[in-house]
Amino acid sequence: MIEIKDLCKEYTMGDTVVKALDNINLNIKENEFVSIIGPSGSGKSTLMNILGCLDVSDSGSYVFEDIKVEKATEKELTKIRNRQIGFIFQNFNLLNKLNALENVEVPLLYRGISEKECRAVALEYLEKVGLKGREHHRPNQLSGGQQQRVAIARALVGNPKLLLADEPTGALDSKTSKEIMELIKELHKQGQSIILITHDSNIAKQAERVVTIEDGKLYA
Amino acid sequence: MRFFQTIKLAIKNIRSNKLRSALTMIGIIIGISSVIVLVGMGSGSTKQITSQVQSLGTNLISANTSSNGNKQFTLDNVKDIEQIQGVDKVAPVISTNTTVKVDKNSQSTSVTGTTSNFLDIRNMTISEGRFIADLDVDYRGKVAVLGSDIAQQLYGFTDPVGKDIDIKGSTYQVVGVLKSQGSSMGNNTDDMIIIPSTTAIGLAGTRNVQNVYIKSSNDKDVDSVTNQVNQYLTSFFKSTDSSNRVMSQKQLLDTMSSITSTMTYLLGGIAAISLVVGGIGVMNVMLVSVSERTKEIGIRKSLGGSRKDILIQFLIEALVLSSLGGVLGILFGLGLGWAVSALGMSMTFSIPVVVVAFSFSLAVGIIFGIFPAYKASKLKPIDALRFE
Repeated sequence: MIEIKDLCKEYTMGDTVVKALDNINLNIKENEFVSIIGPSGSGKSTLMNILGCLDVSDSGSYVFEDIKVEKATEKELTKIRNRQIGFIFQNFNLLNKLNALENVEVPLLYRGISEKECRAVALEYLEKVGLKGREHHRPNQLSGGQQQRVAIARALVGNPKLLLADEPTGALDSKTSKEIMELIKELHKQGQSIILITHDSNIAKQAERVVTIEDGKLYA
Repeated sequence: MRFFQTIKLAIKNIRSNKLRSALTMIGIIIGISSVIVLVGMGSGSTKQITSQVQSLGTNLISANTSSNGNKQFTLDNVKDIEQIQGVDKVAPVISTNTTVKVDKNSQSTSVTGTTSNFLDIRNMTISEGRFIADLDVDYRGKVAVLGSDIAQQLYGFTDPVGKDIDIKGSTYQVVGVLKSQGSSMGNNTDDMIIIPSTTAIGLAGTRNVQNVYIKSSNDKDVDSVTNQVNQYLTSFFKSTDSSNRVMSQKQLLDTMSSITSTMTYLLGGIAAISLVVGGIGVMNVMLVSVSERTKEIGIRKSLGGSRKDILIQFLIEALVLSSLGGVLGILFGLGLGWAVSALGMSMTFSIPVVVVAFSFSLAVGIIFGIFPAYKASKLKPIDALRFE
């Protein structure tokens, strides 16, 4: 599903040039649950942003489902972000002015689907993550764990090929972390492909395959 | 995203910060309402002046026949003017200031001598009795017709018809009272005392006719009659300068109309400036809004919002703000205009002005909203997400 060859990304900080990603090579098959572990500054966030089509590499190739991402237009990338990839972030990144239901609807609304249909599907997914009854709560009325569940529902609502999780439990206590990880593992069991980025080895080892990243280099 | 969704989202965002939205709209509201009120006042005064001038009849021409020192224009010469092609009726006017006395009530006032045509030419009506007749002119009758105000001044509530009035020592008889016309263009006909032209010659002690009122047969002939009368008078008085002695109501109307039109445009232009300022206010707020919502833009882009989606979202928000301001401005402007007209100033409202004003507010929304919206759409999702 994903083929990455010799991916490179550099940042210029003042006088120094930092190699965030140094010739990364990575292959991920469908239905795999892979975790990428590395310390802070290892380049894992940069990698995830490129995986998620939020950022572009400087060189190398990234093929996602037969699409050459580095050659794709902005329009094509937007389509991939909308239909093929679902994101979960450490700090949830929900829209605070919208309630849970409205948050989950957003990806579907961007597909031009009617409001009625969006509503129905969104409700379905909120129920799947165990938030039935909390549809009309705003993010500031939900606990961290609940907010992350909303984010997961939103990530999955469009049936994406890939779920990208960037430190999904980073802002949660250990009990809630466990709940969220259980949910993620359950999703994998149902056939969802997942890439999870973390610095915590306890989280990382709950995946099928662990890949280490350090100083921009990947170690299997 | 569907169009209706975007509108709902825009309304939601505007409501979430009511104070800011209200302050932004104030500029537009002031701009639109002042356009409506000022243009309304301008066109109201145009209409008022036009109707005043028109009430005298657009085929009315007034010729100044006062002597320039060389020659005198007399009642005999009036017949020459009557012969000019296109002339329907003429009425000479001889004015003089003298003392008028009723019982013990004595006043110094102006007395006007003219003929029977005067009534028709000047578009006046008799309310009691009759006007000066041709017979009165032929026989230099000592008869007088009073304007409504002066009749009330001299006789109170009693009917003046048939009563005596002393003009410069001679006794005249009041034969009629004119219907009130109100003052128009400085000419207050309600204060007039009218006697036969021939009698006025004797009273004034001169054969000089100061003015001749001319009515042309129809509106189309007014300009040609005006020119011909002017030519006649120029050659009569052997003037070397081309002083314009003749003016038609139509000319007066055209001049007044163009003055008031210019004034209306000027007022409208000033009001439009305030609208531009209001628009800049909208742009300012939208730019700040975009900056504040950088994270939101990043999130939306990560969920699949395209550049077009983001641009339209912010543009619609600016449009809703400005058109809402436009509607409120129109309502406020109409209300203010109604209040101003209740205080006595004449106002006219036209649908075109309201439509133009509203389209202006939409235009402001588009013009001043497009730049911030474009800025928002260009944000890179990864940079936007990193924004705290």
